[in-house]
Amino acid sequence: MPETLNQSLTRQDEDTSVAVKNLDFSYGSSPALKDINLEIPANEVTAFIGPSGCGKSTLLRCINRMNDEIPVARITRGGIHIGGIDIYDSSVDVVKLRREVGMVFQKSNPFPRSIYENVAYGLRTQGQRNKAIIDQAVEESLRAAALWDEVKDRLQESALGLSGGQQQRLCIARTIAVKPRVVLMDEPCSALDPIATAKVEELIWDLKNDYTFVIVTHNMQQASRVSDKTAFFYMGELIEFSETSKMFTNPRLKRTEDYISGRFG
Amino acid sequence: MFNPETLIRKGLPKGHFKDVAVRSLLGGLTYLVVIIAALLFGKIIIDGAPVLFKAEAPFVDFNFLTAKNETLHVFDDATGKRHQLPASAYNDYLLKHEGATIYNEQTYSYSGGGILGPIVGTALLTIGSMVLALFFGISAAIYLSEYAKQSPFIHAVRLAILNLAGIPSIVFGLFGFSVFVLAVPIITVTPSDRSLLTIPIFIGNAVISFQGWNSSLMAGCATLACMILPVIITASEESLRAVPQGFRDASLAMGATRWQTIRKCVLPFSLPGILTSSLLAITRVAGETAPIMFTAAVAAKDDLPWQGLKNPFEILSSQVQALPYHIYTLAAKIPSSEYTQRAQYGSVFVFLVLVAMLSLGSMILRAKLRAKLKW
Repeated sequence: MPETLNQSLTRQDEDTSVAVKNLDFSYGSSPALKDINLEIPANEVTAFIGPSGCGKSTLLRCINRMNDEIPVARITRGGIHIGGIDIYDSSVDVVKLRREVGMVFQKSNPFPRSIYENVAYGLRTQGQRNKAIIDQAVEESLRAAALWDEVKDRLQESALGLSGGQQQRLCIARTIAVKPRVVLMDEPCSALDPIATAKVEELIWDLKNDYTFVIVTHNMQQASRVSDKTAFFYMGELIEFSETSKMFTNPRLKRTEDYISGRFG
Repeated sequence: MFNPETLIRKGLPKGHFKDVAVRSLLGGLTYLVVIIAALLFGKIIIDGAPVLFKAEAPFVDFNFLTAKNETLHVFDDATGKRHQLPASAYNDYLLKHEGATIYNEQTYSYSGGGILGPIVGTALLTIGSMVLALFFGISAAIYLSEYAKQSPFIHAVRLAILNLAGIPSIVFGLFGFSVFVLAVPIITVTPSDRSLLTIPIFIGNAVISFQGWNSSLMAGCATLACMILPVIITASEESLRAVPQGFRDASLAMGATRWQTIRKCVLPFSLPGILTSSLLAITRVAGETAPIMFTAAVAAKDDLPWQGLKNPFEILSSQVQALPYHIYTLAAKIPSSEYTQRAQYGSVFVFLVLVAMLSLGSMILRAKLRAKLKW
């Protein structure tokens, strides 16, 4: 019987792998995911690839239950386990779950507040009042997101004054400031130029020892560069899931090969 | 084969006159509206401005704004000189000239002195009703926009709120009269004879008595709040929805609760919009006559609302004068003559200036906040 999710997940030695088991998911009457089985390993980067509408973002949003916000969306069968706990169990506190499973969105969405307040937001909502602790967490997170040197002199300025790439890295800093175990990224680089993209990829690479990353991407090169494992989705089904190096050099299925090489999708 | 010659116009194009006619008609109708507005404002400004302004410094006749409302006495003295005096000055005159005979005396109710009472009453009614309407309105808007799931029932609720906005204000006046004036419960030890129902609460002799608040400031505020509630709810809900979904998602994904998300990521960014649209609602609350004529307003009152009270809360149960009702009284109850024009046009002019200032204020505020809050 799970005690609270928070307690079991905050233990450093705890397994933070994400296991998707027989998952069926639908929006209203239209199914979006069909019988997904997937083991996302802890402290690695897993990429979800596939054409638009294949359900990869939907699955990502299932992992921290952001789909709860969509009224008609629901899981019809199976479930998701993190560290052995069924996150859809009625005893799970979804607020605590999301503190352990953070998310970076496709469109960078900093709050129209100062850079400092953006990063401090998560800690403040958890009731942290100690300014020294918040200061330290803000600096650490911004450093981890490779943004500290660029913004350290203007922490009190509006986050909206940052460039698109900086805004997205700020969103990553904001997400990791609350020290989640798992970080979900929904096409984090789709609106960024190649230089900003490289910075984000570098930071994912640097942080992956401490976090379990799941990244949805439309960019095959990105998937091959940053991820350890890749899952290929098509029409709501998981087609192939294997080591990235294997999938990109020697995919098991013809359909995967066609997609990766750009022949369809 | 393309012939460039066909592009060159020969004579007037087909349909030219029709085009000109349509344009003139539409333009003419538009300018007609402007002319009507200009005539209306012009008449009020020409007749009303002299009441408030004067040629010598300080150019504003503060007496009209700060004096209490009184009956106007018009009479001739023995020398044939015509006097126009408000009641208090008239009494002083009689004392000073004891035994003097006066001729051709006429009195005009409510037409002398100033309009401090109505200004103060309108201010109190406006503040009270806006506080109530904002509290209930923003609460309802938050529920509808952030908590309620889309369902036929919620759809019906929205429709009901929209319909409420279309109800004539006199209906709100009668509703307020039958509910707030006559029926809402109060706690008292001496229930009135017309109490609909009394329930003992076993604290001393106190009972809950459904006897209403009488015609009072709070009954008026409650009635006005009901009237403006749909406007506030609709405007607030729109402002809440205008906040990008990304803010909510980001906040929730960082492990904030729903209420934290609303309080820190939705409300602060929608408040400017809510407040600017509410400022426009203020002009409506300040201007309505029908909802307050049975629930709060009196034509004449010697004291200001806070004078002669045993405790400050009694102000809520006192009746007040109000500008729109004052204007209605002056126009409907007093025979118009050269002596009443000062009060009539002066009141309307002051009222118009106040409303114009509120509208202007809301426009400036909106422009400033829009420039500041962008995403």
